[in-house]
Amino acid sequence: MTALDVSDLCYSYGPKRALDGVSFALRPGFTALLGPNGAGKSTLFALLTRLFVTREGRITVAGHDMAREPRAALSKIGVVFQQPTLDLDMSVMRNMRYFAALHGIAGREAVRRSEAALAQLGMAERADEKARNLNGGHRRRMEIARALIHQPEVLLLDEPTVGLDFESRQAIVDHVHGLAKAGLTVLWATHLVDEIADGDDVVVLHKGRVLAHEPASELRGGRPLAEVFIEMTGQKSTAREGRG
Amino acid sequence: MNAWLVAMLAIVRREAMRFVHQRSRFLAALVRPLVWLMVFAAGFRAALGMSIIPPYETYITYEVYIIPGLCGMIQLFNGMQSSLSLVYDQEMGSMRLLLTSPLPRWWLLLSKLLAGVAVSVLQVYVFLAVAAGFGIVLPGWGYVLVLPALILSGLMLGALGLLISSTIRQLENFAGVMNFVIFPMFFLSTALYPLWKMAESSTLLRDICAANPFTHAVELIRFALYQSLNGWALLWVVLAFVVFFGLALLGYDPAHGMSRRPKRG
Repeated sequence: MTALDVSDLCYSYGPKRALDGVSFALRPGFTALLGPNGAGKSTLFALLTRLFVTREGRITVAGHDMAREPRAALSKIGVVFQQPTLDLDMSVMRNMRYFAALHGIAGREAVRRSEAALAQLGMAERADEKARNLNGGHRRRMEIARALIHQPEVLLLDEPTVGLDFESRQAIVDHVHGLAKAGLTVLWATHLVDEIADGDDVVVLHKGRVLAHEPASELRGGRPLAEVFIEMTGQKSTAREGRG
Repeated sequence: MNAWLVAMLAIVRREAMRFVHQRSRFLAALVRPLVWLMVFAAGFRAALGMSIIPPYETYITYEVYIIPGLCGMIQLFNGMQSSLSLVYDQEMGSMRLLLTSPLPRWWLLLSKLLAGVAVSVLQVYVFLAVAAGFGIVLPGWGYVLVLPALILSGLMLGALGLLISSTIRQLENFAGVMNFVIFPMFFLSTALYPLWKMAESSTLLRDICAANPFTHAVELIRFALYQSLNGWALLWVVLAFVVFFGLALLGYDPAHGMSRRPKRG
């Protein structure tokens, strides 16, 4: 069984088609959702997290149909949005426990899980700091840790490195690759090819359609991934040198 | 503990903490009705004669008359303030966090509402205590019996705020809420003058006031403060709550409302 299965997904804003027959199935590991700005990545994320719904197409998370069993499906998803969603006046631990409570986890169990998730992201010693005092990279790491508290099977990240310096970006990319190696299904939306390793799967989304879905090494076929991406989408400005 | 209750308590606690951190908001919420009480009521005392109307059993001063209206005013402002913070939450993304919880959306939004009610009830009690300090003391049991009335009226006005927040897309539009919701609701109600006084100047105004749900919230509070129940007001407040909350849920239903364009991607 695949952890995340999307089939024939369509979504329109009035007459404008934002997603047009998007289909892919993800196995555990790191999958990059690569697409230029305006490709439909955020719309897809809104559908995957049920902020939007559509009648055209189907989303299945860990065997649960998002339309028929939305609560079961949502309980299997961890999500990190593009915009930070932290309460800056609360401590890291309080932010974590608030989120745990939204998933019905309280008391010692919430603390235990929060500590474990923070440790996974190398943030254990920051638990008592105010979120406001963290730098951008650490805030993001905290949000990723938070998304893991309820032990989801699928982790969605919508351009999580936007606005971060190179070092923080690298640290987050490495951390999430580590989570994927440990068996989590990760969907990482980005327009930056240097965040993708050769062993990752890549779904290329352009103008609401999936242009390719294959391992990065096969997609680039010995050429730099940036070059292939530019060729497929005609987008120069966002492509950078690939890691692999 | 039940998962639903865990989430509700966390949402209420978060809102309460926020409120504690925003001392200026607390002060503003308190100063506003006090200014009305000390300045406006003092000036009007001479101009307005109050006859004996239920639930009062004797002649009362104007200050005593407007106390329930000012309690309602605190809750009205609080409901709109919650609505403002919801619009802010939507822009800032923390609403997304809430809505991606696997708990039913109506429960999450009801929790948000209750959080706002808890804050507004606290504000009302502090206001009543300050008013008592200035010599406007109400019947002892009234302070206890008004609690369920305040919860109901707070829920109704909070639900109205929630409904507004589901239709407003940007914070900038919020000034309109002041002009088109708060002021008409407050002035076209029994908060400042009884219905018979309104009828003296215009029966149309009286009818509008009588249909205004805020009037009924104020009357529910007024009667409860004097240890009696206004069944008609109770019915109105409950009905208005059901309608406002139902429409708000529709607004927050992903299949109907909230389908705004994401900013990027």
